[in-house]
Amino acid sequence: MKMSVVLAGKGPAVFTIGPDQGVREAIQTLAANNIGALIVLDDRRFPTGILSERDIIRECARRDDTLHRSVGEIMTPEVTCGSPEDDVDAVLKTMTTGHFRHLPIVEDGQLVGMVTVGDLVKARMDQLEGAVETLQTQIMDS
Amino acid sequence: MAEPGTRANPLRVAIIGAGPSAFYAADHLLKQEDLNVEIDMFDRLPTPYGLVRAGVAPDHQKIKTVTRAFARTATDPRFRFFGYVEFGRDISLDDIRRYYHQVLFATGAQSDKHMGIPGEGLRGSHPATEFVAWYNGHPDYRDCSFDLSCEQAVIVGVGNVAIDVARILSLTPAELARTDMADHAIAALSASKVRDVYLLGRRGPAQAAFTNPELKELGELAEADVIIRPDEAALDPLSQADLARDGDRALARKVEMIQSYAARPPAGLPRRLHLRFLVSPTELHGDANGHVSSVSLVRNRLTATATGSLVAEPTGETEEIAAGLVLRSVGYRGLPLPGIPFHDRWGVILNAHGRVLDPGTNAPIPGEYVTGWIKRGPTGVIGTNKPDSVETATAMLEDAREGTTFAPGDASCEAIAAFVRGRQPQCVTFDDWRRLDELEVAAGGRAGRPRVKFTSIEDMLRALGR
Ligand SMILES: Cc1cc2nc3c(=O)[nH]c(=O)nc-3n(C[C@H](O)[C@H](O)[C@H](O)COP(=O)(O)OP(=O)(O)OC[C@H]3O[C@@H](n4cnc5c(N)ncnc54)[C@H](O)[C@@H]3O)c2cc1C
Ligand SMILES: NC(=O)c1ccc[n+]([C@@H]2O[C@H](COP(=O)([O-])OP(=O)(O)OC[C@H]3O[C@@H](n4cnc5c(N)ncnc54)[C@H](OP(=O)(O)O)[C@@H]3O)[C@@H](O)[C@H]2O)c1
Repeated sequence: MKMSVVLAGKGPAVFTIGPDQGVREAIQTLAANNIGALIVLDDRRFPTGILSERDIIRECARRDDTLHRSVGEIMTPEVTCGSPEDDVDAVLKTMTTGHFRHLPIVEDGQLVGMVTVGDLVKARMDQLEGAVETLQTQIMDS
Repeated sequence: MAEPGTRANPLRVAIIGAGPSAFYAADHLLKQEDLNVEIDMFDRLPTPYGLVRAGVAPDHQKIKTVTRAFARTATDPRFRFFGYVEFGRDISLDDIRRYYHQVLFATGAQSDKHMGIPGEGLRGSHPATEFVAWYNGHPDYRDCSFDLSCEQAVIVGVGNVAIDVARILSLTPAELARTDMADHAIAALSASKVRDVYLLGRRGPAQAAFTNPELKELGELAEADVIIRPDEAALDPLSQADLARDGDRALARKVEMIQSYAARPPAGLPRRLHLRFLVSPTELHGDANGHVSSVSLVRNRLTATATGSLVAEPTGETEEIAAGLVLRSVGYRGLPLPGIPFHDRWGVILNAHGRVLDPGTNAPIPGEYVTGWIKRGPTGVIGTNKPDSVETATAMLEDAREGTTFAPGDASCEAIAAFVRGRQPQCVTFDDWRRLDELEVAAGGRAGRPRVKFTSIEDMLRALGR
């Protein structure tokens, strides 16, 4: 199963922010949309980092002025990007071993979506359920 | 007016397409106890069941029994089938909005992907989708022809469709005669001169898309040896490391089976099925008449992407295979429907979890939904459409309870039926389909076959006395 399957059923919506925008603004976007991370885009609109709840909490624990800092200062800068052609199984493994939960998807240098570990786990479960369902109907009706 | 979903004011849903995803969704919608739903299901063909009839291989009858569950759904008095009514030709979105609260698109993937290499358009080079539709008697494809006078054929791709096609090309006339394959295809394939079929996988054995039972079946063919080169069956270090780390038992079993085929001396059967790995076609060459005569290949090696996926990279080492028939089985592709937002790159109706999205705002468009292959792309077995359709149907019910639907005028079932018949006087009911089904099965009984299919719409209508 390819990542494109997960993207196609999830849609292209992805929440982004610029590195120069403030952390307060980032928190408002996270809260308003009930999401866990924002993709940070540079001026070519390419992912330059990712800002997750964890990044914010870590920084808040370290210093009191976190809300007044810029996204670029506290984001996780080295962001791994996926492609719609990647295999879900391989990506899931990489995300679990690398301990990251959000993956921006890039195609021809453009951000085209974002998936979470949860999306991938659900896709795999649906695939399994589908295989079982197919077997069951065959057994029941034969 | 009160929210629809009561006895007096049922939630009226139009479903476009009558494949597995359509039936799984209908079943879920009709099961609701607190919400009364009425469903009209439309298909452009007079026959229901989509790819279960026109895709699933004719020598795989057992899986087709899923249609019994679908037929049970169709017995619900709140369910109607309008066959031979095409969305975009006979009815439009405006018509739907006038009569229904919601529409669900379940139109599958009606086209195919291209390889994007020179020579793809030569005569003798076809998408596997056409070949499959032809041998399964899809009315739109009954007049296709495939040159089976050559000895070597190439199939690009190693998914389950590629395996189906390779197996069909390797069946004996006696085996073919026991299936429900279209008569024209049985005749053509029984006279086939094809002896060597090459299946081309661009990556290695551990990345092959086919599933284990299908691979096992290849090894059990009566008249064809499966031939795999030991060097191509061996895993590269990256795949080996992945496999060792994951402990994925099914994958380990697949690799073992491939390696055991590679180690097996050929039994000297009259046909050979060559399963190749780590090769990509780069060009199809034609003869003086513009008919394909050979395929150039490049050998690949695997490299890992940032996310650990293994992708094929050409090495520069090339070879050529003679072939008079090339079938590309690199995937199906969805087609856009008039007036419905489409994501061209992904080949699906633009959606989030089954709600169709406005491409300008990415916000859901009230009343419009999608499921199955046209929602998530052309992958998954029949049962995979069930969780997919339940997700969409759940969204439909949620929205209906909140009252975000189309606002149709008052219309009785009879008025809607009269409207549809006005647009397509020849439209077919589920009872009509049952009649066609009985006739097909009866004809099959006389011939020792599961059924003999009608392959033209005229024949179907004539059999119904039209
Ligand atoms: C060659 C092949 C073999 C397969 N074999 C197996 C197998 O052995 N086992 C298994 O479990 N799965 C198999 N599958 C997968 C399975 O068939 C699919 O998962 C499933 O059919 C997808 O369901 P769907 O409802 O999305 O689409 P479809 O089954 O394609 O149904 C779509 C329906 O919509 C109709 N339609 C399209 N456009 C319009 C329109 N404009 N107006 C009205 N109607 C329209 C079509 O006529 C069709 O009936 C196979 C697939 C293929 C391609
Ligand atoms: N018996 C069954 O249960 C059965 C039968 C038929 C179909 N189905 C299901 O129906 C779905 C569709 O099947 P499918 O075979 O059409 O699709 P699929 O499983 O996605 O396989 C497509 C194949 O084409 C290859 N490919 C894609 N682009 C290519 C290119 N440019 N050059 C070379 N190779 C290329 C892919 O290789 P990569 O992996 O490298 O991309 C893959 O091997 C699947 O989910 C399948 O399981 C099931």
